[in-house]
Amino acid sequence: MHIPDGYLSPSTCAALYALAVAGWYAALKRVRRVLATRTIPLISVSAAFSFVIMMFNIPLPGGTSGHALGVTVAAIVLGPSGSILAVSTALAIQALFFGDGGITTLGANCFNMAIVGSVVAYGVYHLVAGRSEIGARRRVVAAGIAGYVSINAAALLAAFEFGIQPGLFHDASGTPLYAPYPLRVAIPAMMIGHLTFAGLAETVIAAGMVAYLQRADVGLLRGLRDLTGNPAPFASTAKSVSSARLWWIVGFLMLCTPLGILAAGTAWGEWSPAELANSETQAHIEAAPGNHASTQSVPAGLQKLHTVWTAPFPGYAPRFIKSATFGYVLSAMFGVGLLLLITLITNKAFNRPYDREAQP
Amino acid sequence: MRQGSFIESTLRSFARAFSKALISEHAASQPGLLQRFDPRVRVVGILALVIYVILCHKLAVIAAVMALAITVAIASRLSLWSLTTRVWFVVLGFTGLIALPALFVTSGRPIFTVPGMHLSISEQGIRTAGLLVLRVETAATLTTVLVLCTPWTHILKALRSLHLPAEMVTMLAMTHRYVFLLIETANQMFESRQSRRVGKLTGPEKRRMTARTAGVLLSKSVELSHEVYLAMLSRGFDGEVRLLSDFRLRAHDYAGLAAFISAGCLAVWIGR
Repeated sequence: MHIPDGYLSPSTCAALYALAVAGWYAALKRVRRVLATRTIPLISVSAAFSFVIMMFNIPLPGGTSGHALGVTVAAIVLGPSGSILAVSTALAIQALFFGDGGITTLGANCFNMAIVGSVVAYGVYHLVAGRSEIGARRRVVAAGIAGYVSINAAALLAAFEFGIQPGLFHDASGTPLYAPYPLRVAIPAMMIGHLTFAGLAETVIAAGMVAYLQRADVGLLRGLRDLTGNPAPFASTAKSVSSARLWWIVGFLMLCTPLGILAAGTAWGEWSPAELANSETQAHIEAAPGNHASTQSVPAGLQKLHTVWTAPFPGYAPRFIKSATFGYVLSAMFGVGLLLLITLITNKAFNRPYDREAQP
Repeated sequence: MRQGSFIESTLRSFARAFSKALISEHAASQPGLLQRFDPRVRVVGILALVIYVILCHKLAVIAAVMALAITVAIASRLSLWSLTTRVWFVVLGFTGLIALPALFVTSGRPIFTVPGMHLSISEQGIRTAGLLVLRVETAATLTTVLVLCTPWTHILKALRSLHLPAEMVTMLAMTHRYVFLLIETANQMFESRQSRRVGKLTGPEKRRMTARTAGVLLSKSVELSHEVYLAMLSRGFDGEVRLLSDFRLRAHDYAGLAAFISAGCLAVWIGR
């Protein structure tokens, strides 16, 4: 899964470097908050551990063997942020010192394996483990599943990166300039090996290590803060905002949403096919500054695509509500509720080891 | 031998890592062409060439950069056999295998039909497979030449002087140092386990053994990180990373840098 130089176009490499840099920045900020001055030694030694684990030959069922990435155990022990930094550092050493994986593709490799791999492994582990005891067998199963899913997620991403190359980067004769196979070839070719050997190797090492640590060193499974022995020397000095006050403001804004009804006509450029065909809209387009030519008929693309997705509350007016004002308020309540739900799920998934599990 | 093969292949991986490190250390101390330049010139020059190779779309130009890389390797007193086994064979085996079907599946003007089979090699297929293999070979050769001719500490210092954050450089340096310590520890654990083994191990026993070894290594790593942290604190570490940089660019370094950049620009201009 270590992509060498030459498989991805420069623009793909640049885009994935940008994503990786964003991931590293966020991870470093979060780890620093928890570990403070311990960040460098802990992440460095953990990176060295990740590097060595990648060299282990894992015996697999059927008499064969494979290499694991070790990202799942890193994500369980160090949390996603610590794992992102440790695995990225290990990948950088592999590329820069041992020539395993390219330099221009280091961003892609770190994004696929360290960032996506860590986040998926951590998310799946906690999703499957739920609130089970730290020594429960369910956690071993969770680690195994997390290992399998995370490796395959990283491989799928790499396959996607390979698969988009011929379509995006080819010469005038259609010759692919980088990875030559389209998605329909790249995805199965990449996934066959990972759904079998690599995924299995990661499953074996993740489940086996969690089972061992449950018996021998359970402290390592309690999260990053517990690992250092004491809480981070960080205390927020920001004045806390009263949540009740915030709720009043949100409620007031929701009640204000029917103000949108006061505005006449449709927002510029947000016409439906029926509105676009309307002579008033055509006149409106012609009258606008910029000399826009009005379209005599609805563009075929718009006609085709406007039925692809039908919103549950079209125009902020659910069909079963007669009053437009009440429809607006109900839509606002639904939108705010949906956002709160997403925030709650994200918080639950990503804040657990630092905030809850670290408590004695 | 077969029974312990997974242990032995792990031990071989460890031995290969040590061997690579020793070869790099030896090659970096040779009085060759590349070794004479300031490490920053080497890092910038070679990385620029790697980027030019990725940008280039003409086989002949990439081949010319490959020839330049081989010339630099010879002038830097690197063993061509070492490059052949470490880079060229490995890349050819891996990327060559990946590129092979592209000869047949890439649509284009057929230039050769395999007798008795409905398979034909297209002109575009040769070009795309050639571009992939040659580009990967050239980039890997350039990177290996840089790694072999430059001590790791110098690469890190060069990266720091190119404004890579000090924290990242320190993490890379420390990781590199402890990689070898942990390899040595894991090596000893596997060797001792292998020497105590009597009879056949079943598949589940092998997997349990590997997982336990990895688990012990993790516990030792975390313990080691605590000790390293305490050692750093006792030496006055306050979280701020300070690195020394004692490199000084001389006339021939500027000439070398200009040569690398010009070669790259020429490659991009001809190969665009």
